[in-house]
Amino acid sequence: MQLMCRLVVAALLLSGAALHAAVLPEDRLDLMYHKYDGGGMEIQGPSVLVRKSFADTVSVKANYYVDEVSAASIDVLTSASPYSEERTEKSVGVDYLHGKAIYSLSYANSEENDFEANSVHLDVSQDFFGDLTTLSFGYSKGWDEVFRAGDNQFAEEADRQHFRVNLSQILTRDLRLSIGHELITDEGYLNNPYRSVRYLTSPDSYSFEPERYPETRTSEATSLRLSYYLPWRAGLHGEYRVYDDSWGIDASSWQVKLIQPLGRQWTLETRYRSYQQGDADFYADLFPFQNAQNFLARDKELSEFSSTVVGAGIGFEFSKPNWETFDRAGLNLWVDRFRFDYENYRDIRVVTTPGQEPLFQFDATVTRLLFTLWY
Amino acid sequence: MAASMRRFALTMLLAFSASGCAVKPWLKPYERARLADPVMNVAAHPVAESYMHHVHQARESMRGAEGSAGGGCGCN
Repeated sequence: MQLMCRLVVAALLLSGAALHAAVLPEDRLDLMYHKYDGGGMEIQGPSVLVRKSFADTVSVKANYYVDEVSAASIDVLTSASPYSEERTEKSVGVDYLHGKAIYSLSYANSEENDFEANSVHLDVSQDFFGDLTTLSFGYSKGWDEVFRAGDNQFAEEADRQHFRVNLSQILTRDLRLSIGHELITDEGYLNNPYRSVRYLTSPDSYSFEPERYPETRTSEATSLRLSYYLPWRAGLHGEYRVYDDSWGIDASSWQVKLIQPLGRQWTLETRYRSYQQGDADFYADLFPFQNAQNFLARDKELSEFSSTVVGAGIGFEFSKPNWETFDRAGLNLWVDRFRFDYENYRDIRVVTTPGQEPLFQFDATVTRLLFTLWY
Repeated sequence: MAASMRRFALTMLLAFSASGCAVKPWLKPYERARLADPVMNVAAHPVAESYMHHVHQARESMRGAEGSAGGGCGCN
């Protein structure tokens, strides 16, 4: 209900908004290679995006994305066998410039051998107040189908809804502020069908049983972003985000990013991000006995942990006077180094008294290589 | 409590924006050159930005309000 009120307020604001020239995204072709390597997981693949506008009022886009997964993470090593799989995501979208507003509609499909997700996304954005303010709000609906490899009888579903609003405000000729809020609700089968929790069978031994999650989850996230133009021509971007959900998880993150041009063609990017979260109400690394409570989780993503990211990127843009079809081209490389430190998820590959194993931690490296043509 | 505080802050912000419509914009279009500079666009490459959101979402419980390149990847 409160959300509805917020959307009504947003709609009222839009209806009385002053008019201004909104701009569609640039026409471009993106070819990206991505790789995640860490914690026993290696995930890589391409992502291709094509965007083209027509008659200055419509812009369409299509994205094809692949994750080739080679998994030997701690989850897999302690309760299953290493595996390989592929996830393919396809999405199409259209942005429509009508009057002074942009309406965006998109559809996405994600498939892997034991999971399929379909989702639609609707967003409205409008600038007003002499172009100093941009208000956006959107809604997404998703339908997931969950299967279990090797079990033809297993088929579950989950529905997801997203409600989001964002307000961007130019404060000075050098400073822009943005505040966003998003509410997400999930309903259905929210477990991982393969994961187990462990419980004590004696002071010196333990066994496993399947996880059991609640069938609903509601979360809210709020973000605050500031972008500041530094006197020597560089962009300094700060972000703070807070989160809580009905599973009892509180989380927050902050990030600082610097975008620094080097000459006319090169751009250097650096970023630092810090993240921390508390655990879910029904999470435990080691339960005292079997069926200790109605809901059970030992997913490290639901545990208490912190992570940091240090990243750097370099970009190069170029064009030729005799190019007729293309405006310019660009090549970007980013490398991000992640560090995860878990506070109550233990590395049970080490055999010792249950509950005394060392806390788990790992590093990961994320690489993105992007080639872009603007036309 | 934290959620209520956030809702209150958001409502106040929207109310402030509504009242702000009666205030004259304090920057002329020609005073916004720096804001239009590419260095001020933190999401200049949507494919790269979306991918990094996906990396975070897959390893953290926090989700939502990612910014312009977010909006749900349908890939839980």
